[in-house]
Amino acid sequence: MTGRNLNFKHRVAVVGAGLTLFRSRLLETPQELAWLAAKQALDEAGLTLKDIDCVVIGSAPDAFDGVHMKGEYLAEGAGGIHKPTIRVFVGGATGVFVPIAAWWHVASGLCKRVLAVAEEKMSHAARPHTQYVFRYIWDPIVEKPLNPNLIWIFAMEMHRYMHKCGVKKEDVALVSVKNKRNACGHPSAQLCMPNITVDDVLKSEVLVWPVQLLDISPTSDGAAAVVLASEEEARRITDTPVWIKGIGWTLDTTHWTNRDLAYPEYVRRAAEMAYRMAGIDNPRKQIDVAEPYDPFDYKELHHMEGLGLAKKCEAPVLTREGVTQRDGDLPINPSGGLLGVGNPIAAAGLMKVAEIFWQVRGEAGERQVKKPVYTGLAQAWGDLMQAGTVVVMGI
Amino acid sequence: MTGGKPRSPRGTKYEKAEFPVFEFPVVGKARYEYTTGEALGRFLAGLKEGKILGTYCAKCGRVFVPPRMYCSYCFREVDGWVEARDEGVVVTGVMSYISATRARLERPVAVGVVKLDVPGRQFDDHFFPGLMHYICGASEDDVKSMRIFGARVKARWRPPEQRTGSITDIECFEVVRP
Repeated sequence: MTGRNLNFKHRVAVVGAGLTLFRSRLLETPQELAWLAAKQALDEAGLTLKDIDCVVIGSAPDAFDGVHMKGEYLAEGAGGIHKPTIRVFVGGATGVFVPIAAWWHVASGLCKRVLAVAEEKMSHAARPHTQYVFRYIWDPIVEKPLNPNLIWIFAMEMHRYMHKCGVKKEDVALVSVKNKRNACGHPSAQLCMPNITVDDVLKSEVLVWPVQLLDISPTSDGAAAVVLASEEEARRITDTPVWIKGIGWTLDTTHWTNRDLAYPEYVRRAAEMAYRMAGIDNPRKQIDVAEPYDPFDYKELHHMEGLGLAKKCEAPVLTREGVTQRDGDLPINPSGGLLGVGNPIAAAGLMKVAEIFWQVRGEAGERQVKKPVYTGLAQAWGDLMQAGTVVVMGI
Repeated sequence: MTGGKPRSPRGTKYEKAEFPVFEFPVVGKARYEYTTGEALGRFLAGLKEGKILGTYCAKCGRVFVPPRMYCSYCFREVDGWVEARDEGVVVTGVMSYISATRARLERPVAVGVVKLDVPGRQFDDHFFPGLMHYICGASEDDVKSMRIFGARVKARWRPPEQRTGSITDIECFEVVRP
């Protein structure tokens, strides 16, 4: 296949996925978490570490786990010893960047079977609060002296979006309610809340208006892993490979105060790249299920629009009409997302890829969406409203 | 039982008291000393004199506040400096009830992004000179009702002798009441 950014040798499939529990505190070390997820993914693919040619690791800032050179550190638990191993990092977008990087390892012909592992242990950054670590993402000269809290920037983006699109807090809270309820079907979930209501969200602690406590995903520990293989290998490994049909990623400028926050340009561009590769020209019709990144409830709406799954300002309408429910016409975050399953940053992004893998294979149990799934999408976002990563998968 | 995958994901949940944890300070007494760079160095010197300076690219017409020494779009050196006015409009504003360490604040503070005026130039919503800063004179209701959007604001400067060449030489952007 040829085209802009689209030269590759081999089709690539996902053939196995694994997850740990997601919890606010897990006893296991980051290496142990990586191992638990990696082992489950290998077992599911019916492979052992001997079968793996290359390893890709993803983890967000070193500062959470409190271990420098986290890629090198995690290599042991991630199966990377004595193999070509690399760690990739684009902030919150890392989790979906891990299978993208693993994809090019295989698509280039360099490796035939790749183990891709993502891990995050936010609980280590205990005091004064896990959020404090995020200080280091702000510009040291023009922003840090103002003593910002990370949530400021999301509140500013959320409010801008609400203002531009005329969205009410009630509409945004519906996303949190849906995802925290969906999470009750997920064996790894940290925040299954079967009876949560919009009212609960609106009455939760106000952090930075318009962001309230239940608008946000929790801090979490956890790991996720997938195994990718070339077409020839994938057909040998399983009867039901799930193909990676499109990948895309882009960065916008760190100068976020110079651009409109109402629309996620960084996601649109990443999606366009992935769609071009996957041959998708009408994502709303051609994507059967999607896992857009939802560390905040408004982000699901925002990202649906960036992904072209809704027109600008239309995502809240689709949500209100039930279109995005598991039994809806366009199920969004059937896993429960970051809001429900939890947000061990890089692992949460890769959890979304695992969810699409299981949804396409019909293995999601009570989370399985009603409509048949041929094509699904996972997306993550990170840094200062900056990084967008998109993977389109399907049969 | 949910029947689906992942099957029996592992992990041992614990409450802090149950297991020993090993504490280590993030960086002890270590501190970073960031250089300002060329463009921001001049910007900060401008603040000390009560001016908000930016750079511009003559090729694409963009004005950069905070300034850069290069246009990252045309990938060429900027063509020179412009002075923005110390007023503009709020493009987004929020009300923070928590500190940087997530402690509750006694009184909430408004913060936002201010799109600055530059004489003789117009900017759309897609790219504009803009700074994050505190917004003073905005009530909780001004923010919650979204009246803060589009509000005109003007920099409240510290007295010259108290300025240090920092973004905090501006105390806040104050809502201009008509």
